[in-house]
Amino acid sequence: MTPHLSITDQPVDVASALAAVQTDAAGAVNAFIGTVRNQSGGRPVRRLHYESYDSMALTQLGHVVAQAYEKWPMLQEVAVVHRKGTLELGDVAVVVAVATPHRAESFAACQFIIDTLKQVVTIWKREEYEDGTEWVAAHP
Amino acid sequence: MSLKVALFGITRDIVGTSVIELPAPAPATVGELLAEMRKQYPALGELRSCAVAVNNEYATHDHPLRTTDEIALIPPVAGG
Repeated sequence: MTPHLSITDQPVDVASALAAVQTDAAGAVNAFIGTVRNQSGGRPVRRLHYESYDSMALTQLGHVVAQAYEKWPMLQEVAVVHRKGTLELGDVAVVVAVATPHRAESFAACQFIIDTLKQVVTIWKREEYEDGTEWVAAHP
Repeated sequence: MSLKVALFGITRDIVGTSVIELPAPAPATVGELLAEMRKQYPALGELRSCAVAVNNEYATHDHPLRTTDEIALIPPVAGG
């Protein structure tokens, strides 16, 4: 039940993440796949640049997953893969996959992990527009 | 003692380097470090938030700093 956590500069392999959580004890596999969207607040986005403080990001991700195991003791397997570097429109930025015995907990645990990841994991996103770039959420 | 502070995202852009060394007498706590950095780089004070990490964990303002610590400024994260 050791979670599969990684931050990579290579394209995210969604099928591998799903395979990593596969277990005979689970009747539900739930996945969230975050992809690069072509606009942000109505402003066209050309591509994204993700930067990661890898060692801390993996430490914090480990805490997030540990919290999920506490909240949902029936949680079987977890995989989280986050991309860094330059991503084009449609590229997969993150995949969160969980396996649980039944579906209700799979939705809840998956949502908890992605929501909490966005709050604490040390990854930064710079949006590239036609006329410049901006670090997302940096300013009030 | 001096301290090295790693910078990421917009804090690296503001300071202009990925690691800054604060000479002795270096800040003794996280709170003192933030105050010193904001004094030198006022743009840091305009961020939505700026946390400090010590050895890969978020640290409170009263957390003491040692030269052997891995210290980093953490501007608002935006993963996912």
